[in-house]
Amino acid sequence: MSIKGKAYIAGAFEHPTRLAKDKSVAQLHAESALGALRDAGLTRSDVDGYFCAGDAPGLGPLAMADYMNLTLRHLDSTDVGGCSYLAHVAHAAEAIAAGKCSVALITLAGRPRSEGHSGAVPRVRGADAPDTQWEFPTGIATVNAYAMCAARHMYEFGTTSEQLAWIKVAASHHAQHNPHAMLRDVVTVEQVVESPLIATPLHRMDCCVVSDGGGALIVTSPEIARSLKRPLVKVIGAGESMKGQMGGAVDLTYSAAVRSGPAAFAEAGVKPYDIKYASIYDSFTITVLMQLEDLGFCEKGQGGKFVSDGNLISGVGKLPFNTDGGGLCNNHPANRGGITKVIEAVRQLRGEAHPAVQVKNCDVALAHGTGGLLGSRHGGATLIMERE
Amino acid sequence: MAKERSIPAPLTNPETEPFWAAAREGRFLIRACTDCGKAHWYPRAICPHCFSDKTEWKEGSGRGTIYSVSVMKRAPEVYAVAYVTLEEGPTMMTNIVDCDFDTVAIGQKVTVTWRPTKDDGPPYPQFKPA
Repeated sequence: MSIKGKAYIAGAFEHPTRLAKDKSVAQLHAESALGALRDAGLTRSDVDGYFCAGDAPGLGPLAMADYMNLTLRHLDSTDVGGCSYLAHVAHAAEAIAAGKCSVALITLAGRPRSEGHSGAVPRVRGADAPDTQWEFPTGIATVNAYAMCAARHMYEFGTTSEQLAWIKVAASHHAQHNPHAMLRDVVTVEQVVESPLIATPLHRMDCCVVSDGGGALIVTSPEIARSLKRPLVKVIGAGESMKGQMGGAVDLTYSAAVRSGPAAFAEAGVKPYDIKYASIYDSFTITVLMQLEDLGFCEKGQGGKFVSDGNLISGVGKLPFNTDGGGLCNNHPANRGGITKVIEAVRQLRGEAHPAVQVKNCDVALAHGTGGLLGSRHGGATLIMERE
Repeated sequence: MAKERSIPAPLTNPETEPFWAAAREGRFLIRACTDCGKAHWYPRAICPHCFSDKTEWKEGSGRGTIYSVSVMKRAPEVYAVAYVTLEEGPTMMTNIVDCDFDTVAIGQKVTVTWRPTKDDGPPYPQFKPA
């Protein structure tokens, strides 16, 4: 069974907060849900499927579904880190195609900024995980796990810090137009490579922001989507995978996108050159570079050249990316950016992105995410959407 | 020599206890499969290469080559995380210590060294330039 054309994204909402000291995580989930329902023109009682991941407080989807007092016939709490919400859209499309639900709500929210989280501080990701005893003692955090990928990419392919910096530069060009973005100043390659080293070879400006916030999506059937007043954004392809250390055959030069990407393109029946806009998970600049290669936007090892000279800037380059400013400048709620990747792709397909960054004739868009740690074990999820 | 980071004690379990018991004697064990003949990392009862349950502990050489390394600058004590490819084949996540953090690099030959861990935990295997 293919999900192509079986479901539409009818509602999308990005919580405007970036610092939510006065709100609870559950409240941010529910406020995001309310925003997405209003955007779609639906109400809470229309929801019969609910999707959330590890950022949702409580046991799986139970606490949040109860907080929002949902009446459900389908639940899914697939957790593959920051790309969970891309997988949720695909799973929602599958459930809708199978008749298991008709209006699926997906929520994400968190307060890592209020709680003082830093990607430079090691944290236990499951004390009982089989890898924890071997890896946590090393001081593996978030940034140094990704930094090891960058170091290896530089060693194998000659990628430079200046090339990585272009990714941040492009994001900053977009963020200047987003009033909600945490970092709105346009930056230069020099500013990025002269910012302090956090974990070699990554600089401070190679890293995404830590922000509070949330987001929500409504995925629904073709019949319901056509009954609403919103532009039609159709899900046409999806893929998901994971990649780990392969029993010690560690290879840091590629990501799970080598599997999720081709699966999504095959299902959608499109090629990388058909993509008018791409939301690419940008926890760090190296994340973007590797995913672009693995998704087939350029050859492996050529990512540095591909992202240089503004090639990711809307209106300037060949592949406009993260026109909201992305995780690098705008928002990375709950340290999980997957849902914002879908939201900006929906804005682009609807023609509702900021006019300064709106891609002309944006009929096909891709969103891709990486969850967990690119340098140890991570999930990957790709979504391809079409304006109808 | 700058002050070193204190290392959290590994949370051992019955599957891995022999490794940490040997570590207390300064011996570096690796796990290998008698069916496919390959060593793997991290050690586990079921071979991740061929999924056989015929795995055993072997004495490791403790020698390897840095596959990748990152020096964490934004920490109270600067430290280096790395992947080291062991002579026996598998690549493991570890630390590089007793090195110059400005010159530590991919391709360097390294050898195992042990550091005590907090709360009287077993020593943890790290690597230093060979």
